[in-house]
Amino acid sequence: MRLLNRSAGRLSRHRRSRLAGLVLLLIGLLTTGGITYAVMPSSSAGDAQSNAVQVEEGRKLFLQGCSFCHGQNGEGITTINGDNYGPSLVGVGAAAVHFQVETGRMPLVQPGVQGQAKPETYSAEEVEQLAAYVASLGPGPARPDEAEWTTAGLTEEEREAAISRGGQIFLTNCTACHNFNGKGGAMPQGGYAPDLSNTEAVHIYEAMLTGPGQMDSFSNGNLSPEEKRDVIAYLYSLRDQPAYGGFSLGGLGPVSEGMFAWLLGIGGLVGFAVWIAAHTTRTKKKKVEA
Amino acid sequence: MAIDTSKVATSNSSAATPAKPGRAGAVATWADERLGLAGMAKKNLRKVFPDHWSFMLGEIALWSFVVLLLSGVFLTLWFTPSMSEIHYEGSYDQMRGIAMSEAMASTLGISFDVRGGLLMRQMHHWAAMLFIASMMIHLLRVFFTGAHRKPRELNWVIGSLLLLLGTLEGFTGYSLPDDLLSGTGVRAADGFMKSIPVVGSYMSFFLFGGEFPGDSIIPRLYIIHVLLIPGLLLALIAAHMLLLVYHKHTQWPGPGRTEENVVGFPMLPVYAAKAGGFFFIVFGVTALMGGLMQINPIWLYGPYDPSKVTAGSQPDWYMGWPDGALRIMPGWETHLFGNFTIAWNVFLPIIVLPGLMFTILMLLPFLEAWITGDKREHHLLQRPRNAPTRTALMVALMTFYGLLWMAGGNDIIAIKLNSSINTITYMLRFLVFVGPIIAFVITRRWCISLQRHDNEKLLHGYETGIIMRSPEGGYSEKHLPINPSAAYVLSARERDEVYTVEQETDENGIPAPASRAKALRAKLSTLWFADNVQAPTAAEIEAAHHHADHEHELQAALDGHAADGHQFDGHHSVEGDPLRGSDQH
Repeated sequence: MRLLNRSAGRLSRHRRSRLAGLVLLLIGLLTTGGITYAVMPSSSAGDAQSNAVQVEEGRKLFLQGCSFCHGQNGEGITTINGDNYGPSLVGVGAAAVHFQVETGRMPLVQPGVQGQAKPETYSAEEVEQLAAYVASLGPGPARPDEAEWTTAGLTEEEREAAISRGGQIFLTNCTACHNFNGKGGAMPQGGYAPDLSNTEAVHIYEAMLTGPGQMDSFSNGNLSPEEKRDVIAYLYSLRDQPAYGGFSLGGLGPVSEGMFAWLLGIGGLVGFAVWIAAHTTRTKKKKVEA
Repeated sequence: MAIDTSKVATSNSSAATPAKPGRAGAVATWADERLGLAGMAKKNLRKVFPDHWSFMLGEIALWSFVVLLLSGVFLTLWFTPSMSEIHYEGSYDQMRGIAMSEAMASTLGISFDVRGGLLMRQMHHWAAMLFIASMMIHLLRVFFTGAHRKPRELNWVIGSLLLLLGTLEGFTGYSLPDDLLSGTGVRAADGFMKSIPVVGSYMSFFLFGGEFPGDSIIPRLYIIHVLLIPGLLLALIAAHMLLLVYHKHTQWPGPGRTEENVVGFPMLPVYAAKAGGFFFIVFGVTALMGGLMQINPIWLYGPYDPSKVTAGSQPDWYMGWPDGALRIMPGWETHLFGNFTIAWNVFLPIIVLPGLMFTILMLLPFLEAWITGDKREHHLLQRPRNAPTRTALMVALMTFYGLLWMAGGNDIIAIKLNSSINTITYMLRFLVFVGPIIAFVITRRWCISLQRHDNEKLLHGYETGIIMRSPEGGYSEKHLPINPSAAYVLSARERDEVYTVEQETDENGIPAPASRAKALRAKLSTLWFADNVQAPTAAEIEAAHHHADHEHELQAALDGHAADGHQFDGHHSVEGDPLRGSDQH
């Protein structure tokens, strides 16, 4: 499995521990397994009924937390100027709900250029319920399954090919906004493409699928599920590789490099010049002592 | 007059005879008899240089250039300047099998497969950043202290050319790996050339050997980078240093320092040790930066492909200011005759502006000399405050540069300070015009008030913090004279000489030749020196001190009623004279 098979020789202390991925995976499996077990109906006859219960619970949550902007039936609200107060959620699918709510972007703290990522407000169970309700409003992309982005089934060679292919897809489609390192970039009017260094695989997948905010949506006809998997594999390979060449200085390119050249380089060398000039010749010092 | 011979040794019974020359001496004699170096060495090894930290800024540039030569030679051993397409099969996993130019593949090879290659690449790049940065701070030091005045104007021009060539050398260097970032830069440079009316497209086709990108730009940039510009740089650095030796170094005014001498330490052994040591420090700092701080991670950018681009596509810092001008320029275009476009939005900020700014830079010493009418030689430096208009002019230029620099990083500023890139851009469009003017006015007034403060200190002494109470109940702060060497530094400056037109018309009423230019010059000269505070004359200082003595005499009569603490007024010894009541603690 890929998460266990990390390349050796990590240099940066700022990366997560070797075991973090494994622990996270275990927690994720236990949580999802536990929840599934807890809500899993005992018979298939109960399946439809349980879905109806989920939608109903989700509707209650929606009316309380979301309808103020998105409308009581998720139809969206238009201001008197014709602007979107909250967009319609008909047809956005469960994937969009998962992405927006799990990354904390929804519910919004305040209206603005774009939703800010923050600690999530709803529990995993509540997110499921909200997603079930929104999915019931119209057909849309469902939440992707881990099988769709894992490279666990591939051989070593296939995985390497997938990563280098993913890198090319990333450089072609994503770096224009997210930067070559996935560290993010500026968008018009105060918007920004977020830093992807800590985004979970499932959220990267869902973002490509649903195109949140100013991002394009990369439907499966546009970028196939395998290609989405490759992009995720490339981004994870960047996290796994050691920081070649030393501190990455923010990974933002020549602007931060220039700042360090001036502050550390020139600052330090001028400091040394002051130091050298302050130490005059030895003979004079002895005279003072005598 | 009798000579005191008591200190002369009496034990020398025979005349001194030269010892048998040692091995080193024999080698030196052998070489001198064939090369005749002793005469030159004798003169120059004892050449005196004045001591000040700010005189070592140009040295940073010199030593980082040496680091560039050393690391650059290393890189040429493995770099392949070719645009032939191959598939990368090196040890960087994420790029394996990707089609790229040989230039990019060999740069990846240097980074991952050549022992010490990445360190050398990063040292080379950091040294380049430091090379140009140190040339700029050296330039600022020279201008702020007036070291560009006669006879050093031509050395200023050589220095400016070094700055221009260094920038071009940097640009050609970071374009060589043919990665996504540098390819974007070369594409931009192609666009800049094409924005030049009429000849632009011909120039672009000439440089690229056809339409962009072609397959000759990398080999051409390579030979410019490793042969043409380094050769010119070396020649100009040699000329710069020869002129430095010929003119002799400038020095700060001080006791015993005049326009005719240089006070300091000789080249051997003092400056050879200091400068040699500084080389190792520069080398060490560059090595530390190259070893610890990632620069230009081409493996993340990947090979250049015109269909790709990355956020944060900026040039290296020294090209940042024209990039900033380009970023904040409104999108103006003119269409002539239906099919001929003049792209003002590119042509003005990136072709006209840098050319204009560079011309202004080169002309600065000549402009100042013309305005002030100063034809004298200057070897003593001026403190920046004593040339308020000159200082303010450079600060205005620096502000203009800094604001454009900021504009060049507008996207990074936007994401790091959570602000809108549009707001930053609109603000900077306004600030690049207003900011330099504000900076000029503030700096000039600041300098003049510092001059006033200096005169206060010279005439009335420094503020002691001792508050005196007069019999009438008024309070005043006591001033004490500053020490003589500080007073020397403050007073050792020339009085400004405003240029005046001697005679506008001759005795027959015929206007003197070029009188209009002279009148303009007189007006500019008046403005240049307007409001400057002149150093006080000896008579003024004398009068001020006399006045102070008189005050002290008046106070002396009141000694019996002095308030507690008055004993510390500096007029008499305070030994064994504690504050009243201090023994109770």
